[in-house]
Amino acid sequence: MAIVDLSFEVEPGRIKSIIGPNGAGKTTLFNLITGVHPVSGGQIVFQGKDITHQKPHYGAGIGISRTFQTIELFGNMNVLENIMVGCHSRFKSGLLASGLRLPRMKKEEAEIYENSMKLLGRVGLSSKAQLPASSLPLGEQKTLEILRALATEPQLLLLDEPAAGLNESETDGMSELIYSIRDQGITILLVEHDMRLIMKVSDEIVVVNYGQKIAEGPPDVVQSDSLVIEAYLGGEIDYA
Amino acid sequence: MGRKNYFKLLSLSIAVAVLPFFIRGDYYLSVLVFMGLNGLIVMGLSLLMGYAGQISLGHAAFYGIGAYCTGVLTTHFGFSIYLSFLAGIILSVLVAIIVGIPALRLKGHYLAVATLGIGEIVFIIFNEWMKYTGGPSGLSNIPGVHLGNFQFNSSFRFYYLVWGINLLALFFSLNLIHSRVGRALRSMHGSETAASAMGVNLSFLKIQVFVLSAVYASVAGSLYAHFVSFISPNNFGLMVSVMFLMMGVIGGIHNIWGALLGASLLTFLPEYLRVFNQYDILVYGAILLAILLFMPEGILEGTPVLIRKLFRQRKT
Amino acid sequence: MDLQSQIVQYLVTGLTLGSIYAMVGLGFTIIYNATGIINLAQGEFVMFGGLIMVFLTATLRIPMFLAFFITLALVTVIGIIYERVFINPLKQTSLITLIIVTVAVSIFFRGIAMFIWGKNPYSLPPFSSGKPIMFAGAAILPQIFWVLGLSLLTVILMNLFFNRTITGKAMSACAGNRLAASLMGINVSKMILLSFALSATLGAIAGASITPIALMEYDRGPLLALKGFCAAVLGGLGLGTGAVVAGFIIGIIESFSAGFISSGFKDAIALIILILVLFIKPSGIFGSEEVGKVKQF
Repeated sequence: MAIVDLSFEVEPGRIKSIIGPNGAGKTTLFNLITGVHPVSGGQIVFQGKDITHQKPHYGAGIGISRTFQTIELFGNMNVLENIMVGCHSRFKSGLLASGLRLPRMKKEEAEIYENSMKLLGRVGLSSKAQLPASSLPLGEQKTLEILRALATEPQLLLLDEPAAGLNESETDGMSELIYSIRDQGITILLVEHDMRLIMKVSDEIVVVNYGQKIAEGPPDVVQSDSLVIEAYLGGEIDYA
Repeated sequence: MGRKNYFKLLSLSIAVAVLPFFIRGDYYLSVLVFMGLNGLIVMGLSLLMGYAGQISLGHAAFYGIGAYCTGVLTTHFGFSIYLSFLAGIILSVLVAIIVGIPALRLKGHYLAVATLGIGEIVFIIFNEWMKYTGGPSGLSNIPGVHLGNFQFNSSFRFYYLVWGINLLALFFSLNLIHSRVGRALRSMHGSETAASAMGVNLSFLKIQVFVLSAVYASVAGSLYAHFVSFISPNNFGLMVSVMFLMMGVIGGIHNIWGALLGASLLTFLPEYLRVFNQYDILVYGAILLAILLFMPEGILEGTPVLIRKLFRQRKT
Repeated sequence: MDLQSQIVQYLVTGLTLGSIYAMVGLGFTIIYNATGIINLAQGEFVMFGGLIMVFLTATLRIPMFLAFFITLALVTVIGIIYERVFINPLKQTSLITLIIVTVAVSIFFRGIAMFIWGKNPYSLPPFSSGKPIMFAGAAILPQIFWVLGLSLLTVILMNLFFNRTITGKAMSACAGNRLAASLMGINVSKMILLSFALSATLGAIAGASITPIALMEYDRGPLLALKGFCAAVLGGLGLGTGAVVAGFIIGIIESFSAGFISSGFKDAIALIILILVLFIKPSGIFGSEEVGKVKQF
């Protein structure tokens, strides 16, 4: 899907959601922000810096991290190692230091291990640290993806449908996690289909259809916007 | 690296240290030397293929660059061994960078083609640059290796030199795998998209590993040249590259230990394949295909799986 | 020979070589488009084409014309068996393993060929008798017209197939997006089989027609595959026409560099061009920048 005309800002420390029908271009938007897809026009600015044409690996280093709609965990690694990869951009030991096991590298390794275990402890996953990531149930895989993104210590976190496929109590857990991330001072950009979750956690909502913005504002304002209702097949928004 | 790997490395080192005392005759010692050399190369290939997910079909080129560089520089120009070794490494690194940068920046398997090409180019240069390489009839009288006044002038001594270097490389590789860089490598295999979202610079990492594997091959080549004192282009042709690949695949390319096992097996195997005479190529092809079809993870990891499978079948 | 006749001679040789590289390159492209696999056993199809033709005409004394078609059929069957036995069962494994499988198959095929035919090169009488034709001071073998004619005909037929028939279009769709293609009701597994069969046929045509000029032996495959592959990459991988044009370019460059520079280095020159192009314009001469980046290869 293409993004045609879409412009919005995200204020630090808030939760902004992007909603729209399937194929509206939400995931594409994430891929543009993180440099996965090349941007053909327009500008992406992060903390006053133009990041429009950066490589995909650039974001993690300046404080942008993300999760994926279809789970993209490292299935060949265990739970702990998945998070340890998340720490990658914050450390420096290169090929030689690693191969020779220099003291500097050993110190970094210890720090990475500690950081990662702490993150796992935060959601009570410590006991599963050594299990293969692919063996976790869906809900925990989604959580693990978020932890991995948090391990980069982002200032902006892009969450792509974190509640997709989760049951009600899991979704509640997810909203708790999202709140606690915001309370840490991390800005969140959220794409989600679960309207209940959206209306509950969002500070502001952007509505997108056919790659264009059709509405923007706080949840209660957007909810009553006629264009928005029309975009959802002319019916009512199903947020029950 | 974990305690388990240290234990394995230590056990292997001890085995390597005492093995020559149980072996009679220079012939088997020299087979062990070749084992160490092949193991070194396939270790690099394992990092490149098993961990970084890239195929090289031209590693014999780096093996050859190492061998010819040291061979030509010591015989024609009177270079010291140290300098000529170093020259081989530098040249290999340069070639690896030139070939690797464009091929690895693209998605997919361009490296397979580029390395196939460079393997052939290097092979042609060895054949045609008669003045220095001696052309198809080869380069002879390459001097032996010495360290200060100590001459590595017997298979026995050379064995310890080669395996010493091999074990150092193994130590380096194992450390690497269990580090930030190694995790990044493995993560790339799991999901390139997610790896780059975590800040892993995919192409830089791939190039680094490709260069490292080229250095391993180059060092092995230089050692080879000084050990046998005679080299000819046929030691470094396409079939040799494919052979290295086979060693990795048969042992298990996703595991450094598997790669070592594969290299050892395939170094020994030809001694027993003599009965097939000139049809060895058919036998090699069949073995490789059989492994790929029935044990795609290689002998090291595949054997337990296969045994378990057979066992289960018998039970039910 | 004066310069002019030399140039004509090299040009003709170059075109002949080029048409073979073009066919191999096209064969690569077909399989690559359907599967994403680089089939490194592509050269062995050519080798089988040549040697089976020799076997049919020289040993079984089957008339040339009939033998040609039997050869095509046999090599196509080899391609089909290859896909069914070694590629199809491994559908679940990674692309890297599949590419190694093609290397293994290439070794295995060479082994079989050596088992049957030994190591010596074989010759084949030309398709039609007749003296070399003198043109501008250069001698042109009649067989060259067969090679050029057959390859041009093949390229045209392939083009029609991919652009005008439902099956051909379905195969192109597989290239674009396999999942989408299968959702559209295209039998992807059948398309992959077809791609190997077609590729094998192309190889057989090249092998059977070039053998009267260039001889054929069991281990000719890898170098041919390499050159054909250069053509496929230079042509902008996945583009059939690009591969054909690049194949001719490589043939001509090779023939001229053999004549004017050094015959020993002629093989290296095509490869150096390959590496240079990868360095300067990775998407190939005819490929667009975007395609090179996005395409899985």
